Amino acid sequence: MAASARPVTPAASLTSAGGTMVRVQVRVNGQPVTAEVEARTLLVHFLREILGLTGTHIGCDTTNCGACTVHLDGKPVKSCTVLAVQTNGREVRTVEGLEVGGKLSAVQESFYEAHGLQCGFCTPGMMMTATALLAKNPNPTEAEVRDAIRGNLCRCTGYVNIVKAIQLAGQKMQPAAAAPGGKT
Amino acid sequence: MIPPQFEYYAPHTVDEAVALLGRFEGEAKVLAGGHSLLPLMKLRLADPRVLVDINRIPNLAYIQEDDSHLKIGATTRTNDLLDSALLRRSYPIFTDAAQEIADPLVRNLGTVGGNVCHGDPGNDLPACMLALGAEMLVVGPKGPRAIPASGFYKETFVTAVEPTEVLVEVRVPKARPHQGNAYHKIEKRVGDFAIAGVAANLILDSAGRVEVAGLGLTGVGPTAILAAQAASSLVGQMPDDAHLVHASELARDAAQPTSDLRGPQEYKRAMTGVLARRVLDRALTRARGVG
Repeated sequence: MAASARPVTPAASLTSAGGTMVRVQVRVNGQPVTAEVEARTLLVHFLREILGLTGTHIGCDTTNCGACTVHLDGKPVKSCTVLAVQTNGREVRTVEGLEVGGKLSAVQESFYEAHGLQCGFCTPGMMMTATALLAKNPNPTEAEVRDAIRGNLCRCTGYVNIVKAIQLAGQKMQPAAAAPGGKT
Repeated sequence: MIPPQFEYYAPHTVDEAVALLGRFEGEAKVLAGGHSLLPLMKLRLADPRVLVDINRIPNLAYIQEDDSHLKIGATTRTNDLLDSALLRRSYPIFTDAAQEIADPLVRNLGTVGGNVCHGDPGNDLPACMLALGAEMLVVGPKGPRAIPASGFYKETFVTAVEPTEVLVEVRVPKARPHQGNAYHKIEKRVGDFAIAGVAANLILDSAGRVEVAGLGLTGVGPTAILAAQAASSLVGQMPDDAHLVHASELARDAAQPTSDLRGPQEYKRAMTGVLARRVLDRALTRARGVG
């Protein structure tokens, strides 16, 4: 059994094969990206330093604060604790991917309208977590919102307006876009 | 912080993973969810020469029940436990534990296999496995072998898994009628390790006597602890308050906590007793309410 590892073809089998460099092929915000990086490159550094997508923040760097939250195949994860090479063949979405065609997403709009930020440092991560929550549960209760953002720390607002912003975004995303009280 | 350099391999089968672990014996670490390993590497508390990433191995993430067992695959994510209707219905101890593990983002990547075999006494699933009498299925150069949870945890960060082996599945005896289980921990803040945690599993006979009991403790010793005396004190009893209080005291006495930032050892010991009482109550209610 000793040497039965499959022969290596760099693109397909994702190995650094005796060295420490790997090739990463991933879709980021819908765009295919290919880069040779060190295997130890963390996703957050890959996004910020290789791709220049600095909207994703590095806060604690210890998997606590959630400022680095991005979507990996639609699920929110902390990109300081994922290797870039682990995203091979997968779909990453960052805060830069929320805005489409110059139009802010409902979540972005709502953070602005409901004053869901002060210093803004946690905001990219908050909005990525909120976007994933609302995709699964478009009309969350306050308790459900608070539970969803347990992994995202804010040191300014005390969360009240963040929770309001996320619920407001949920209302904006309702199919009929029924304004509150506007149903007939 | 950036982890130290390593060689990276992403095998497509368990056999390939085992071959790599054999080739780099003692120098390779298995990468599953990475939410314990990568932080340790960033802090230079771990510095493996090789990482064997098992996330590309298909069919290693599942929650299935057959005639005799509940089987959970190694790369099953913590949030998959939380989302499982089967677990919520028949093995609620996992629903309890999953919603208390770290935070929702970490749970999207952290795995059952990693939680079980990392060997940190603060991990939550080991106590559950001890309470349930689970078995860990590992595969090594000589093939697969099953290790009972009671013999799995050797010391802090040391388990019965050899460096050339990889854990592929956790097996729990299939749920029976009149079975109830529960888990609860207390933590200082969201995502922190437990100050103390207790897992309880009870199976009653048709008359309501305790036929099988299991209790596991989190965060109050060098490893997760099987509180065997506390559990056996309940077996054969028609459980009432006095029995639960007595078992909780024995669970408290089985704790071996040390004082640290999460509290003095006297406090952790006391909380172990309080939590044991609460989870035994919940497990008993569930055992009486189902089937």
